[in-house]
Amino acid sequence: MNVGRVLGNLVATIKDPNLTGQRILAVEPLDGREPAFFALDSVGAGAGETVLYTTGREASYAFLPDFVPCNAAIVGIVDEIREEKK
Amino acid sequence: MIVGRVVGEVVCTRKFRTYDAAKLLQVQPLDLQKKDRGLPMTAIDLVDSGPGDEVLICLEGQSAVDAIGLGDNPVDAVILAVIDELKVADA
Repeated sequence: MNVGRVLGNLVATIKDPNLTGQRILAVEPLDGREPAFFALDSVGAGAGETVLYTTGREASYAFLPDFVPCNAAIVGIVDEIREEKK
Repeated sequence: MIVGRVVGEVVCTRKFRTYDAAKLLQVQPLDLQKKDRGLPMTAIDLVDSGPGDEVLICLEGQSAVDAIGLGDNPVDAVILAVIDELKVADA
């Protein structure tokens, strides 16, 4: 998983029926490991919020038992990232 | 799988239900000489590792999902072990 910020959302009426009802959000990784991409939201994240996301096939497991085609899903809203260096 | 060092924790009150059961730790990947390699990531901790610990991380999603043994969940990185010792033959 990685941490990113929600930049906005995407609305599409013509789409894969399995995407019906899903919120499609634009996410930018905090560490800039890659440019902004789109992830489905499973926790009710809003624009500007810092979020935790999962990528790959396993992202779609956030929506089981429904099969929702995606390769990125927001799975948490980050309150704090604690730096702990011993 | 790769070696990494625990460098922090990600705190989320609102999160996917599986994540309630475990800590979400920030891990800095390391090379075999324990130097930083690449960017930190967040992994679910199954072995109660602490800050500064060197750990073994499984990165491939499906095996990470299977490793936590809670059925299919949105996980793509899991800490599988705390490393006591890493011996590398000099090339």
